[in-house]
Amino acid sequence: MSNISINNGLSAFFENPFGHLSRLLKSLLIPLIGLLAFLLIWEIGAKSIHTSLGVFPGPAAVYEQSLNLVDEHNRERDKELAFYERQEKRNAKKLEKTPDAVIKVRPYTGKPTFFDQIGTSLITVMTGFILASMIAIPAGIVIGLNSTLYAAFNPLIQLFKPVSPLAWLPLVTMVVSAVYVSKDPMFAKSFVTSLITVSLCSLWPTLLNTAVGVSGISKDLQNVSQVLRLNWFTHVIKIVLPSAIPMIFTGLRLSLGIAWMVLIAAEMLAQNPGLGKFVWDEFQNGSSSSLGRIMVAVLVIGLIGFLLDRCMLFLQRKVSWDKSAVLR
Amino acid sequence: MSQPPKHLELTQVDIDFPTPNGPFKALQDVNLTFNKGEFVSLIGHSGCGKSTVLNIVAGLYQATKGGCLLDGKEVNEPGPERAVVFQNHSLLPWLTAYENVELAVKQVFGRSKSRAEMREWIEHNLSLVHMDHAMDKRPDEISGGMKQRVGIARALAMEPTVMLMDEPFGALDALTRAHLQDSLMEIQKDLNNTVIMITHDVDEAVLLSDRIVMMTNGPAATVGDILHIDLPRPRDRLALADNPQYNHYRHQVLTFLYEKQRKTEASPEVKQTTAELKVAPDTTQPEPKPEQKVKAA
Ligand SMILES: Nc1ncnc2c1ncn2[C@@H]1O[C@H](COP(=O)(O)OP(=O)(O)OP(=O)(O)O)[C@@H](O)[C@H]1O
Ligand SMILES: [Mg+2]
Repeated sequence: MSNISINNGLSAFFENPFGHLSRLLKSLLIPLIGLLAFLLIWEIGAKSIHTSLGVFPGPAAVYEQSLNLVDEHNRERDKELAFYERQEKRNAKKLEKTPDAVIKVRPYTGKPTFFDQIGTSLITVMTGFILASMIAIPAGIVIGLNSTLYAAFNPLIQLFKPVSPLAWLPLVTMVVSAVYVSKDPMFAKSFVTSLITVSLCSLWPTLLNTAVGVSGISKDLQNVSQVLRLNWFTHVIKIVLPSAIPMIFTGLRLSLGIAWMVLIAAEMLAQNPGLGKFVWDEFQNGSSSSLGRIMVAVLVIGLIGFLLDRCMLFLQRKVSWDKSAVLR
Repeated sequence: MSQPPKHLELTQVDIDFPTPNGPFKALQDVNLTFNKGEFVSLIGHSGCGKSTVLNIVAGLYQATKGGCLLDGKEVNEPGPERAVVFQNHSLLPWLTAYENVELAVKQVFGRSKSRAEMREWIEHNLSLVHMDHAMDKRPDEISGGMKQRVGIARALAMEPTVMLMDEPFGALDALTRAHLQDSLMEIQKDLNNTVIMITHDVDEAVLLSDRIVMMTNGPAATVGDILHIDLPRPRDRLALADNPQYNHYRHQVLTFLYEKQRKTEASPEVKQTTAELKVAPDTTQPEPKPEQKVKAA
């Protein structure tokens, strides 16, 4: 397929080089012009905004801060490496003196860098999203297959869907601190709180879309299933799930987008380590470079959100049986 | 009492569909019996209730009154011993031709056949409809006729006692259709299962059937007439074209459809009114529209 289209493209190029060139212009040059225009307006606009923390950062300042963040990260890594080296040496000496000495390896407790925060955020969002999907897809299938259940749950779903994470958060925090008590918790409370808030907010699109996809399976295929007397499980695996896959993925992509947005807010308020906390800390810091650093975070948050969606799209392409469908 | 039980029997079947304006009686007093190995066609105007009859035998619809017996047992749910070839093939689009047939075969022979036997059986059935070369293609990669053939293979592979076919060749071109009709006759001769087929095509009905059931128009449709086709088998479409007996049967079906059961009762009136309108204008202006004429009067 792709071969053919490349050939077509080439022959089209030779037949009509200008048409081809104009298409290339459109697909590359125009977005580039858009980007440059945006940077220009940003630069000019930023200069005229004076905040208590100085001038609003323009593109150049933001670029500088991003380099700073990378530097800080590298420095922190070096420190960590040095710390472990020192510890190892000390332990080796100890072992030389008394071979049966008990050796303790203390973990490094430096300040997490910007990139550590990104990693934490990604882990939290994926855990929350996977938890939400593991609840929403099976629940959506059950609700979608049974019109009575659908009628019973639909109003509830519609009610909870638009609730903002900020409204859930205090409740979740209180419930987590009341219920999640253990001497040696596997996860930090703030992590559990953010996780549950993310799940609660991102559950609904997957649930609803799965239910709609499942209930919309064609009468013909249902008849086939009945004539074959497929049992419930086979019916779901062989007929319901594949025909609902496109809708399920629509839901998953919406959910992941919401999960990512909610996570930043949850991290800010629950003080869970992550990008949200980074933004909050910079805000509290109030140094002259804070706004620039926050702006870097904003751009990175946007970029990661975009990449997460692309990943889902890629997954959908892998899983989808209908290769001819246009996915975007 | 002393009569032996019929193979397949519909007795006094009525069916009411619930609609917003009360129940709609689609079928009334349908009585039909089928012998084992018989090929029966159902013919009638669109919307008269042919698919409904088929769906009752399939167990997909429940008769409101009366019922359906297969070998003495009441039919009240669908099952693979009454395989259906659906009008629009109804293959699962995410499975290949092979997998589509496999799903049915596993369901029916999952316990009695080994893996290798099942594989052989699936391939055998696909080759019966000449689809063995495209086994690994998905439905969107094959033509309409090929999809229909896979649908037939899937039904055959279930080794059904009764094969129910809802306009199986309706959407096909004449050549493919002729080819599939010939294959169907061959396969049915070998397997000797009962076939009930819905068709709109008079030639197809006469060529394939032992009996043609002609249905009256709905609502409350019923069996209008039954025509026995006593033509020797195997039947050859070319030889039959000049056969007076064959043409006589064709003529009888056509007479039933276009004289005894004209499509709608309203149509003769419509024809008359248009005729009057055409006559009227020549006294007045060249071509006035009907509404204008009414206003002027
Ligand atoms: N599920 C249903 N609910 C309500 N009415 C129905 C239903 N199924 C069929 N009918 C009605 O019953 C009548 C017979 O329908 P049926 O589909 O059996 O016709 P048909 O003879 O198969 O027509 P065609 O040749 O066009 O396929 C029609 O008037 C149709 O509107
Ligand atoms: Mg029909």
